[in-house]
Amino acid sequence: MAAEQQSRAKQVLGPDDVRRAITRIAHEITERNRGASGVALVGIQTGGVWVAEALAGEIERIDDAGAGVRVGSVDASLYRDDIGLRPVSPGAVSELTFTIDGATVVLVDDVLYTGRTVRAALDAVGDYGRPRLVQLAVLVDRGHRELPIRPDYVGKNLPTSSEEIVTVTSDGVVIS
Amino acid sequence: MNLLISNGRLVDQDGERRGDVRVVDGEIAEVGEALTADADDRVLDATGFVVTPGFVDLHVHLREPGREEAETIETGSRAAALGGFTAVVAMPNTDPTQDCVEVIDFVREQGRRAGLCDVLPSGSITVGRAGEQLAPFGELAAAGVRIFTDDGTGVQDPLLMRRAYEYASDLGIVMAQHCEVARLTDGAVMHEGACCSHLGLPGWPSIAEELMVHRDIELVRLTGGRAHLLHLSTAGSVDLVRRAKADGLDVTAEATPHHVSLSDERLESYDAVYKVNPPLRTAADIEAVRAGLADGTIDALATDHAPHVPESKELPLDHAPPGMLGLETALGVAIAHLDMDLVDIVGALSWKPAAIAGVADRHGRPLQAGEPANLCVFDPTEGWEVTPARLASKSRNTPYVGVGLTGRVQHTIYDGELVVLDGEAQR
Amino acid sequence: MTRSLLSISELGVAGVGRILDLADHMAEVNRRPNPKVPALRGKTVCNLFFEDSTRTRLSFETAAKRLSADTMTFAVSQSSLNKGESLRDTIETIGAMGVDAFVIRHGSSGAPWQLGQWTTASVVNAGDGWHAHPTQALLDMYTVRVALNRREGFDGLRVAIVGDVKHSRVARSTSAAFRLLGADVTLVAPRTLLPPVHDEHSTSDLDDVLDDVDVVYLLRLQRERMSEALVPTLREYTNRFGLTPARAARLGKHVLVMHPGPMNRGVEIAVDPAELPGNVITQQVTNGISVRMAVLFDLLGSGSESSLAGGADG
Repeated sequence: MAAEQQSRAKQVLGPDDVRRAITRIAHEITERNRGASGVALVGIQTGGVWVAEALAGEIERIDDAGAGVRVGSVDASLYRDDIGLRPVSPGAVSELTFTIDGATVVLVDDVLYTGRTVRAALDAVGDYGRPRLVQLAVLVDRGHRELPIRPDYVGKNLPTSSEEIVTVTSDGVVIS
Repeated sequence: MNLLISNGRLVDQDGERRGDVRVVDGEIAEVGEALTADADDRVLDATGFVVTPGFVDLHVHLREPGREEAETIETGSRAAALGGFTAVVAMPNTDPTQDCVEVIDFVREQGRRAGLCDVLPSGSITVGRAGEQLAPFGELAAAGVRIFTDDGTGVQDPLLMRRAYEYASDLGIVMAQHCEVARLTDGAVMHEGACCSHLGLPGWPSIAEELMVHRDIELVRLTGGRAHLLHLSTAGSVDLVRRAKADGLDVTAEATPHHVSLSDERLESYDAVYKVNPPLRTAADIEAVRAGLADGTIDALATDHAPHVPESKELPLDHAPPGMLGLETALGVAIAHLDMDLVDIVGALSWKPAAIAGVADRHGRPLQAGEPANLCVFDPTEGWEVTPARLASKSRNTPYVGVGLTGRVQHTIYDGELVVLDGEAQR
Repeated sequence: MTRSLLSISELGVAGVGRILDLADHMAEVNRRPNPKVPALRGKTVCNLFFEDSTRTRLSFETAAKRLSADTMTFAVSQSSLNKGESLRDTIETIGAMGVDAFVIRHGSSGAPWQLGQWTTASVVNAGDGWHAHPTQALLDMYTVRVALNRREGFDGLRVAIVGDVKHSRVARSTSAAFRLLGADVTLVAPRTLLPPVHDEHSTSDLDDVLDDVDVVYLLRLQRERMSEALVPTLREYTNRFGLTPARAARLGKHVLVMHPGPMNRGVEIAVDPAELPGNVITQQVTNGISVRMAVLFDLLGSGSESSLAGGADG
């Protein structure tokens, strides 16, 4: 079974591809927001957290004013629209220790799929304050949107079927 | 109607044999082998069945007068007949209490009207079962009462109880004690032990029973009185009675089917159907009570049949009344749970309680020509389960739903009449 | 399948862990300026209190509201409920209004089990008789876990539960939960206030255990115990089992002092708890909200695995 899955698994991005995508998104974020001041990166628990941290590292490297760019995380599970329909097990606890009032919040996730998690995360962010602007950065957009949500920054557009599972780590992107 | 019960295992105090029993005009006309049926004989094929004298229950609550919504003398009598009983002793905790001739006569008359078994009213020891003033034993004895009890509560006052034993001693009556020192069981819901501890329920300690068993045994020793001890439930009680009997004291005792079959762990469901007084005890107590029945320390099996309306058993445990049904399941529980010879089980259900109740002239008689035809025919091997909706009792508080029972009454003959045929009441 | 929280033992060690993990999320919600999430929108939680307990009721009510559930409260005085029909009718009638969870407090041990037969809604036991108070136990566990930063369990933790264990649903549940998580529990009480049978080690010498404990859990002493000959006098109780200034001075700084409330000042606790370094009594109350949110979310927020079909993440 495991071997069978292994054989079906397909690596579509390698570690270098992932690193380059993060670097590119970091550039786009600083370019579009005219620097990194006022930007807060908020990773969506749990897959978006390491991406947000990697983006923050890149922004610090490429932008002089990027030092100390704020990074937090938000757990959207209490805002999901499928509560009561299926088991919900929240991942890690939200960590937003800074105020987001007036900030440019960049929501960060690893994979954008139906858009429902992002919808929930938007509501969650709204409970912490009133950002000036919210943008969305994802490493992979695999399509199949069920809500009118569009990413501002995309690492890679990846056509998939809804039966496939997309796994994203710093080691690459795998479809199985 | 004439009956011919053919080819049964006849079990009575003389032992066991195979044979036929012919019943004519309320009496056993003939006992023998291969009797030929007369033209007007109704023949009951008892092949594989046991034929015994009818059972006698020393301890039933028929609820009439006063709580007819839970049971009436008629419905309780029907339950008794279905359980193979031809006589039952009706406890006096009615409303009004059976402490005067009028109520006694009423109960007996209602029993006669139902016509399903002999209903033998007991009298209370104290007026209104209030534990303060002796009931008129002499008047009640003259009205035919043999057993006196405040069942539901024990007589707490040792002086009053001493007087009761003394006063009763030359009236040919028996004081039947509900052994419970009330101060030790205030608010108690179940047996005091490991179960009640973790269930957070107030405990009913064994010693509350044993203290009164001991007290009454010693009062009998002192007064030369006669005591019957109701529904013994603890190993300690059985030991006390065993020693009292060894000392030659005039003490008899009974135990219920539930105290030989169900333990206090049943309460873990918090189902009030398992609340009973005295409470279900531990496995060790169950073993001791069984041993007491087996060696004759405990004379009789008595059901403590205690009907309650469903609403009252839906109350929280500490508010629900104690008691469970017993009449229709007694035999099935006894055979399933007692490792005793059939003749001893039948003895504990029939001739031994008949003697205690003072009806040994009519019930629990040997299966011989000329004896009154109060008989029970049962299948000793049939496995069955209780269907509450099919109970004849007005109430449904049986603890044996889903519990396998062994042995089922087929026919009950009361006063020569077939009141139960093939497990169905005939009136 | 309807899920209920009736006792710690039914919840089990995995369930306790799950609730405590969820409570972390709820505690984070409660730290926000706007401590409210939409998790249980459209759910209705009914507080069914057959025994007066304003604190517990408010705690549950707050918990439900912070999860955006609708709440209703039905407080029944025990005296007006002597008929069996009323108990069953009450839950059946309210249940027919569309209730997703009943939070039940009852003076009789086992009542939530009985009531549970008559409703398809989830039942949360908010305290039954002397028997169980699982959410109190969970909030106690959460308080210790946070205060001592021990997420992995309480192996080796030494806990003294002091006072009227016999009549205490808190003691039963909290002791069970401590033991489930690996702590060593000692009951400190005179024999009159211990259950007839118990698994925990017990002593009547508080001074003997004070040097070797990490948690001192004081139980409330009901004053009516005096009239039942369970304790001779309040003064003697305080002398033998109370947290007096002398005993407080002996406590190590690391020792947590806990109490389920409401406190009998001058009886089981004869010092100002605020002056105790390890006082977490207020945290217990605060954590009560988070833990009860976790319990309600755990019961009402999770569906069964089978309904996963078609659900899409991302």
